[in-house]
Amino acid sequence: MNKTDALIIGAGPTGLFTAHQLNLIGLSCEVVDNLDKIGGQCIELYPDKPIYDIPAVPECTGEQLTNNLINQLKPFDIKFHLNQRVEEVKRDNESWIVKTNSGTTFLTPNVIIAGGVGSFEPRKFSVKECEYYENKSVFYSVKDKKIFEGKTVAIFGGGDSALDWAVELSKNSKVNLIHRRDEFRGAEATVNKMRTLVKEGKINLFTKYQMTSVKGNGQLESIEIKNDEEEKKNIKADFALGFFGLIMQLGPIANWGLNLDKKTIEVDTEKFETNQKGIYAVGDICSYPGKLKLILSGFHEGALAARACFKLARPNEKYRFEFTTTSANLLKRLGKKE
Amino acid sequence: MPKITYNTPDNKTHTVEVQNGLTVMEGAVQNDIPGIDADCGGGMACATCHVYVKEDWFNRLPKKEDGEEDMLDMAFEPKKNSRLSCQLIVSDELDGLVVNIPTKQA
Repeated sequence: MNKTDALIIGAGPTGLFTAHQLNLIGLSCEVVDNLDKIGGQCIELYPDKPIYDIPAVPECTGEQLTNNLINQLKPFDIKFHLNQRVEEVKRDNESWIVKTNSGTTFLTPNVIIAGGVGSFEPRKFSVKECEYYENKSVFYSVKDKKIFEGKTVAIFGGGDSALDWAVELSKNSKVNLIHRRDEFRGAEATVNKMRTLVKEGKINLFTKYQMTSVKGNGQLESIEIKNDEEEKKNIKADFALGFFGLIMQLGPIANWGLNLDKKTIEVDTEKFETNQKGIYAVGDICSYPGKLKLILSGFHEGALAARACFKLARPNEKYRFEFTTTSANLLKRLGKKE
Repeated sequence: MPKITYNTPDNKTHTVEVQNGLTVMEGAVQNDIPGIDADCGGGMACATCHVYVKEDWFNRLPKKEDGEEDMLDMAFEPKKNSRLSCQLIVSDELDGLVVNIPTKQA
């Protein structure tokens, strides 16, 4: 069990700056995120899009902002648990026991939810029956490409993941690539490679088609696709792979006994605490009168939640407000002073 | 103020007045019309404000930017008349627009 003064759920900009604030005031923290990388929406949704409303930063991209926030955490030793989703938060006397889907557990007096709009999950096929085959013959990511060898695979999507896997799997499998329009949004080089393989007969391409149904018996056997003109085609498929990007889902957070307002968590504006003592929500996921979904608001909320954590993590000490410009304590923690 | 009609999958029709300059997405969110999630808040980054535009309106709307079509690849059951409602800016020309909200956003 990992013991920490505060556990942060979500490694987006708000989670990162909250980690900074906790460490600055002398508290330890660990961070869990469902994505395989740090940065949250900034890195997943708009790494290249410029942001113009971060105070004192006239212009930066989602990726630059993330890198700067990571740099700001350099003086501190913070453990990140990526690729993990928090499943369970349970009360244990004065603390919380937190479990992830990989089995990592934490014991902490403070849980800070900086989860944006929830965790990123793959978008799935709209055909309901695909659920029966999920993780058997229907997949939304590839963990072991060997299982496709010598098989017929239907790949859906028009982005880099769909194209990369179509190119890769065409070496050892029969690949049918299906996309809803003629244009592909993947990198030009990959699109060209795919088109060459189509010409060579190594990939069968179906554009303007979408999946309408699946057939099988325990294992997938065939899929039906339909185009805009309502023409249907039945194609053999041992596997179907869908690459439609990621979507944010509130997920297990909905089951932790927190007061919710639509997809957000209600908090007070002093500690950013939820209706549960020691559980806070900051950033896009929290709601209170006047809430603005801006990164700068998340920074403010995280700074205040961090101070609130101090009380529960150090019940016998008094928190003293200090400035980084003058405080020897803070400068020591920042590695600027012996 | 222009009137926008949102048909929800439960076969209900919601006609509301939406101020010029707001988006069709914002019109739905501000009037608590269900089925438009708008997770990214209008940044054309999530495809959860997807709507089907009534056929006779589709060609009267401003054309899609490239990014919108890319995002629609990810939408739940996109069709020929699919649009992202965050990219439709309300103006007097859009008075009377009818959009159908899909059964799901993802």
